[in-house]
Amino acid sequence: MPVPLHHPVDILRLNTCGSVDDGKSTLIGRLLYDSRSLMEDQIEALERSADLTGGGQIDLSTVTDGLRAEREQGITIDVAYRYFATPRRRFIIADTPGHVQYTRNMVTGASSANLSIVLVDARQGVTEQSRRHTCIASLLRIPHLVIAVNKMDLVDWSEERFIEIRDQFEEFLPRLDVRDVQFIPLSALTGDNVVETSKHTSWYPGPTLLGHLEGVHIGSDWNLNGLRLPIQWVNRPNRPTDPGLHDFRGFSGQVAGGIVRAGQKVMVLPSGLVSTVKQIWTYDGPLEEAFCPQSITLLLEDDIDVSRGDMIIGPDNLPGASTDLHARVCWMHSRPLQRGRKYLLRHTTRSVQAAVADIEDRIDMTTLEPEPDPPELGLNDIGEVRLRTSGPLVFDGYGANRLTGSFILIEPGTNATVGAGMLFPPAEVVKPEYSDFAI
Amino acid sequence: MHNYHLDHLQYLETESIHVMREVAAEFERPALLFSGGKDSICLLRLAEKAFRPSDIPMPLLNIDTGHHFPELNGFRNRRAAELGCKLIVRTVESAIANGAAVPAPGEVSRNRLQIPTLLAAIEEFRFDCCIGGARRDEEKARAKERFFSFRDGFGQWDPKNQRPEIWNLFNARLNPGENMRVFPLSNWTEMDVWEYIRKEALEVPGIYFSHARKCVRRQGQWLPVNEVVPPKAGEQVKDLVVRVRTIGDIISTGCIESPARTVEDIIGEIAAARVTERGSRADDKASEAAMEDRKRAGYF
Repeated sequence: MPVPLHHPVDILRLNTCGSVDDGKSTLIGRLLYDSRSLMEDQIEALERSADLTGGGQIDLSTVTDGLRAEREQGITIDVAYRYFATPRRRFIIADTPGHVQYTRNMVTGASSANLSIVLVDARQGVTEQSRRHTCIASLLRIPHLVIAVNKMDLVDWSEERFIEIRDQFEEFLPRLDVRDVQFIPLSALTGDNVVETSKHTSWYPGPTLLGHLEGVHIGSDWNLNGLRLPIQWVNRPNRPTDPGLHDFRGFSGQVAGGIVRAGQKVMVLPSGLVSTVKQIWTYDGPLEEAFCPQSITLLLEDDIDVSRGDMIIGPDNLPGASTDLHARVCWMHSRPLQRGRKYLLRHTTRSVQAAVADIEDRIDMTTLEPEPDPPELGLNDIGEVRLRTSGPLVFDGYGANRLTGSFILIEPGTNATVGAGMLFPPAEVVKPEYSDFAI
Repeated sequence: MHNYHLDHLQYLETESIHVMREVAAEFERPALLFSGGKDSICLLRLAEKAFRPSDIPMPLLNIDTGHHFPELNGFRNRRAAELGCKLIVRTVESAIANGAAVPAPGEVSRNRLQIPTLLAAIEEFRFDCCIGGARRDEEKARAKERFFSFRDGFGQWDPKNQRPEIWNLFNARLNPGENMRVFPLSNWTEMDVWEYIRKEALEVPGIYFSHARKCVRRQGQWLPVNEVVPPKAGEQVKDLVVRVRTIGDIISTGCIESPARTVEDIIGEIAAARVTERGSRADDKASEAAMEDRKRAGYF
């Protein structure tokens, strides 16, 4: 019996994207199959459905195509999450669909990813979809990008073709904000360079896909500069007779940036009230310090007014606080975003109303160039928008902090989530009125 | 002391605590579905971590099919009392008696009848949110489930019309009569659950560990001999040393032959296992789309 793992393993979150028929589902099926993450009954179920429909051959793509409607249409229509592990890492895969009309699902699957895999069919090369997906991955600031050039078996493992496709990408990559890109030639169908090194690509010196996923450095993907604690829930035990809990008033939340230390000065925004951290309370005992993304409960020295939606910050790397927002918005609903429309805006733990003041541009997904002053943003459009909110948001630029730089828009009435926003850095940061806070 | 990096269990834990606190903050009348099974045992520990030193700000709800393993209900009741939680139990039996649930002619399994029983309980207590222990790694239809899974006025799940879930921002808004199911363990795997049980030294019901039991061979599985569907003539009954990997009703939960006596043994067994957890649940084998159909109808 294998010995279970005792050394710490971490989690890498990734998503896959590509056009229909680029072989995403097959690639995930291959990763699971070759890393021995499929179980006997799953393989059995695969074989059962293959016998019915596929003429006997196992179709690895059916591992992830879970919903009946998808099996009927043979396409993936929603985000499916898959889990597998190697001795070095746990992996959460969001399999996100590739057709034009389902870009919102890609944003859903990719928003929390450390890494995106963009699949390209080696025969087709770069398509509008590949551009769109790479662009979205860059807008979402996914720290690591893999361009998987798939179906290399169908172009005779041609190094020339691989380089041609890499050059196609490198034509537009400089216009995007992508920090770490790895190109990998592979075949999901045959398994070459997915888990096992291919015998056909001696010209390729890089890692296999799984090798890369296991090795990529994700230690610095969370923001550790500038304390941000959005207050989620005020913890007040109703125990008037218990002297230990009588005065307990804790502020619970998930650290969304930076590090908080017992004894440090903090400020509550938007009120501007200042206090000192008395204790970092957790169920497992008090902590000396806590960091993003730990969930904690803060006790403060002073009895000040703090409630859900407030943000506790530290003295360094101050955020912005404003009712005027400038953001890039990905629109996810068939009813378009238009000037003057009102939505509910959810940012960290705070909900406010927001009105669309202006739509400044819309990205043309073919050229990746912005078109100024569009009349509206339709389903799957991405553009720059000015919003005015009913109350101030305490925020950072999305590039500095994905958790305090992002929001969603909700349509009143239907309660549908209609937009995802990424904020530009604040024009000015908050100015603490207390001089001792700035020290 | 820190390298400011969370290992996988710490990461999953903070994500789940975040989800639970969102429920407490955003809903007026939430409930936590607690069966006494291993996943909901983890949910309770996460609730303690999210809400202590306060009381857990929601009652526990269990739908009792009447076909539960008797060991499980005892554990369920005791655990709720230990945590100082209010436990609400609604039975399929009484839902049938008052007409909320209607069995098909000859229908023995209570699996389908849990659905109207749950929906009736939601209506009775006007729950606007139920926290459940489902995980995405259990089954293909579950793999597409959101953390916050919106249900319409009939409790139905529409997989084509799910709310996008972006970053850690959850849209919890409901219109009257609508309902949310929330799954804090969405990203956990079976292995994570057992590793967490080990790390937190959580008590689990004894039937997860190896024990002697009379079993009957049905549909390629060893099912516990029980009074609901007693062995028929010609069915093979054997004395085996078994444990359960997942707990459903006593008539549909397959036992696996196993010598695992400790959590450590179970973790070793899962690491080596070649059959997924739900492979021992006869209710999913009926058809490949079995789970999807139940979920559309309002299953947990």
